[in-house]
Amino acid sequence: MTTVEIPLTTRKDWSSDQEVKWCPGCGDYSILAAVQMLMPDLGVRREKTVFVSGIGCAARFPYYMNTYGLHSIHGRAPAIATGLATSRPDLDVWVVSGDGDSLSIGGNHLIHALRRNVNLNILMFNNQIYGLTKGQYSPTSEEGKITKSTPFGSLDHPFNPISVAIGAEATFVARTHDMDRHHMQEMFRRAHAHKGASFVEVYQNCNVFNDGAFEGITGKDNRAEMLIPLTHGEPIRFGTNGDKGVIQGADGHLEIVEVASVGEDALLRHDEHHDDPGLAFALSRLSSGPSMPTPIGVFRDVARPEYGESMTAQVDEAQAKRGTGDLDQLLRSNSFWTVD
Amino acid sequence: MTRQTEQLDRVVIRFAGDSGDGMQLTGDRFTTASATFGNDLATFPDFPAEIRAPAGTLAGVSAFQVHISDHQISTPGDAPTVLVAMNPAGLKANMGVMARGTTLILNVDAFDERSLAKAGYAESPLTDGSLSHYTVYEIPMTSITQNVCKEAGVKPRDAERSKNFFALGLVSWLYTRPTDETLAWIHQKFGGKPQVEEANTRAFRAGYDFGETAELFDARYEVRAASFEPGTYVNVSGNTALAWGLIAAAKMASLPLFLGSYPITPASDILHELSKRKEFGVRTFQAEDEIAGIGSALGAAFGGSLGVTTTSGPGLALKGETLGLAVSLELPLVVVDIQRGGPSTGLPTKTEQSDLLQAMYGRHGEAPLPVIAAKSPSHCFEAAIEATRIAVKYRTPVILLSDGYLGNGTEPWKLPDTSTLGTIEPNFAVAPNHENADGTAVFWPYLRDPETLARPWAPPGVAGLEHRIGGLEKADGSGNVSYDNTNHEKMTHLRRDKIAGIANDIADVEVDDPSGQANLLVIGWGSTFGSISAGVQRTRAKGQQVAQVHLTHLNPFPKNLGEVLKAYEHVLVPEMNLGQLSRLLRSEYLVDAKSLSKMQGSPFRAAEIEAAIAEILGA
Ligand code: SF4
Repeated sequence: MTTVEIPLTTRKDWSSDQEVKWCPGCGDYSILAAVQMLMPDLGVRREKTVFVSGIGCAARFPYYMNTYGLHSIHGRAPAIATGLATSRPDLDVWVVSGDGDSLSIGGNHLIHALRRNVNLNILMFNNQIYGLTKGQYSPTSEEGKITKSTPFGSLDHPFNPISVAIGAEATFVARTHDMDRHHMQEMFRRAHAHKGASFVEVYQNCNVFNDGAFEGITGKDNRAEMLIPLTHGEPIRFGTNGDKGVIQGADGHLEIVEVASVGEDALLRHDEHHDDPGLAFALSRLSSGPSMPTPIGVFRDVARPEYGESMTAQVDEAQAKRGTGDLDQLLRSNSFWTVD
Repeated sequence: MTRQTEQLDRVVIRFAGDSGDGMQLTGDRFTTASATFGNDLATFPDFPAEIRAPAGTLAGVSAFQVHISDHQISTPGDAPTVLVAMNPAGLKANMGVMARGTTLILNVDAFDERSLAKAGYAESPLTDGSLSHYTVYEIPMTSITQNVCKEAGVKPRDAERSKNFFALGLVSWLYTRPTDETLAWIHQKFGGKPQVEEANTRAFRAGYDFGETAELFDARYEVRAASFEPGTYVNVSGNTALAWGLIAAAKMASLPLFLGSYPITPASDILHELSKRKEFGVRTFQAEDEIAGIGSALGAAFGGSLGVTTTSGPGLALKGETLGLAVSLELPLVVVDIQRGGPSTGLPTKTEQSDLLQAMYGRHGEAPLPVIAAKSPSHCFEAAIEATRIAVKYRTPVILLSDGYLGNGTEPWKLPDTSTLGTIEPNFAVAPNHENADGTAVFWPYLRDPETLARPWAPPGVAGLEHRIGGLEKADGSGNVSYDNTNHEKMTHLRRDKIAGIANDIADVEVDDPSGQANLLVIGWGSTFGSISAGVQRTRAKGQQVAQVHLTHLNPFPKNLGEVLKAYEHVLVPEMNLGQLSRLLRSEYLVDAKSLSKMQGSPFRAAEIEAAIAEILGA
């Protein structure tokens, strides 16, 4: 096997010449920077990288990456990317989406891409609002939210995106936030390394229509008390002095406790590779919104056959058995007769 | 007894029974035996939407009509000359199309009181004299089948399921069909279940022997082989031919074929056929919905595959938004619509041509795209290649229209010489195509070929051609997002002109007007070809003049079409819709195109075309 050297690149190589047009102060800028700065480290080629998006503020992302890119239609990015990734297993395909795009109009495509385990890195920027259409509530907005379309408060019970992804049996599920570049990059790197569908929820501040939605947990002073870092193999604990932790009760449900009251050994050890998704799901239920201590990091990372690879294997197998397809034989595959 | 064998030039047989009676299989087998025997033929499978509608009811009747002849034919026949009815409902549902003097072969075992009541007979038609104008054969098919199967240890209930093979054997005898092939087929198909194989074989033989020994029939009939051009033939359905056409087209273009599709009647057979053919590098993807079907196909097209999605009317509606994106992205894509009765779920298993205007206009914005239509089952092969050729050459989604009648109907097809199919050039972009002011070479995804107006197709993988495209309006040339109002108008014109320009790249319509004296032109599109041709021929046989044109290209129309239309005093447009093509012709060419409409879920009869022509010609 010959190894072709990947050229060294910098952030600049991965940035397109298009002017970035998000609102000043939007969390999308820091996510874009994190991705552009990470790409040179991933050992991949620009021409083999494709960003696919749907519609929404987040969906402008591909225009700013100096790679191949496809800005498609609302909610459909996972479907379009599925066709691309399965027919071109040589490519690195990223999907960039928002909460409305992924969980409302595109919910169906998202769950199916996840359950099939198509080799996609799906980044879902969750700002709990519709930004591009100027401020309606989204499927992740909290109940009772007052927006332009819900002047008396939203009646909808929100989705927990991590629960949805785990419910769809995604093989890689993580959460990060736009205030911590290092953590974002770590999650994106892991998502990229994972074979199959990777789902990363990124808490993203929309400073125009939903400013400060995550401040209570992602603000510098709040993180220690409000973010529960998940580290594989480690007991799950948080708090300024690591004084809080997570235990599993007798009935299986998870609970936040004072470490002092139960002892360190009682804490739940995080296992990303746990085959049964139940535990990861339970972790996702610890918090029902960004006002409570919220787990962050990789919830689940398990191996399952990748869809495109399996599809290719069926083609390869058929060709190994029957050759590469003879048109004349095909046309004669049902009974035929000859007239002289 | 000695019997004569009478020669017939053609016969139309209709097999009818319950949905669970295996009528489609029986008809299909009879057809294959006739095809290999050398007859020309056309078939019309006619079945309900329910897989097993309530047994014995009219709603549950499944029928298969086959027309075999010793000369070239183009339709499954206006009316059957023989009806094989496995139960009272099968008889009742079809009596409307049986002319006096025709033959009825009835499974009398099924004409018990309960079944008669279920079919809505107050009195048995066997005894009330209502069949006195027909030649009726009352044959206890179920009990004979059960008897011969009993010897093989098959329980009566299981044996009952083989009665369609009895009917097949009997009709095979009556029409002197060869039996070896059918017996071999039974062995191949049911070999895995020895008892079923045994029962079906016994039933088939019993039916054949019954004809020979029962002294019920005065004569056997023979329909001689038709004279065909030398060559290799297969009996092919439209859906199979279409699937094969897609495989051939992908091969001609050296592109991997990707089918993204969602199951829908009557298009699913294309998905089934293609999913069997992975050795051709075909990737089939059964998507979560119609939208993902076309979305995945478009994604694959972006990646350099021949992207295809197959559907029927309701699915096409769901694909509308993505079609708009495909028009904007200017990527090759083949969208196949096997039309059925609509709107909504409509008549899922019945044929119609009512998606023409949806194909033409069913999108948001100004979103023109080429539309082509297959005209016979075997023509679906060619039509698939033509759709691909246009899609790839012009970087555009193409809608290929077929319908339930073409999709399921079959006809003998002389196989093409595959070495002469030619090639389709994908002409992928390989290098930057534009120089910036500072001298750097860049790739402009919307810099068009001046002749075809096609843009470059640059699948990911080539360094230096990285580009971003999307559904937002793009600047002419660079393809960057542009909200500039005059640029939008220019791009709208360019997209229109690109599609209109395809008229320079398709053949003129051929006018079939042997005498050159006709003043009536009958023009059709799609699956009406057979019926219109037969109606036109009947008119000519009466000594009258009529011209015929049949369209494969519906957008753009062939260049000479306007001139052709204007040369005739009368223009008649038979369609299985409320006049969609006639509306297009009227608005495009300002001609008085008269619509002949039929919306009954079945193809035109030749007689209906003939009558409509006669009305105009005043004969
Ligand atoms: S509307 Fe909100 S999410 Fe959209 S660009 Fe502006 S700040 Fe960002």
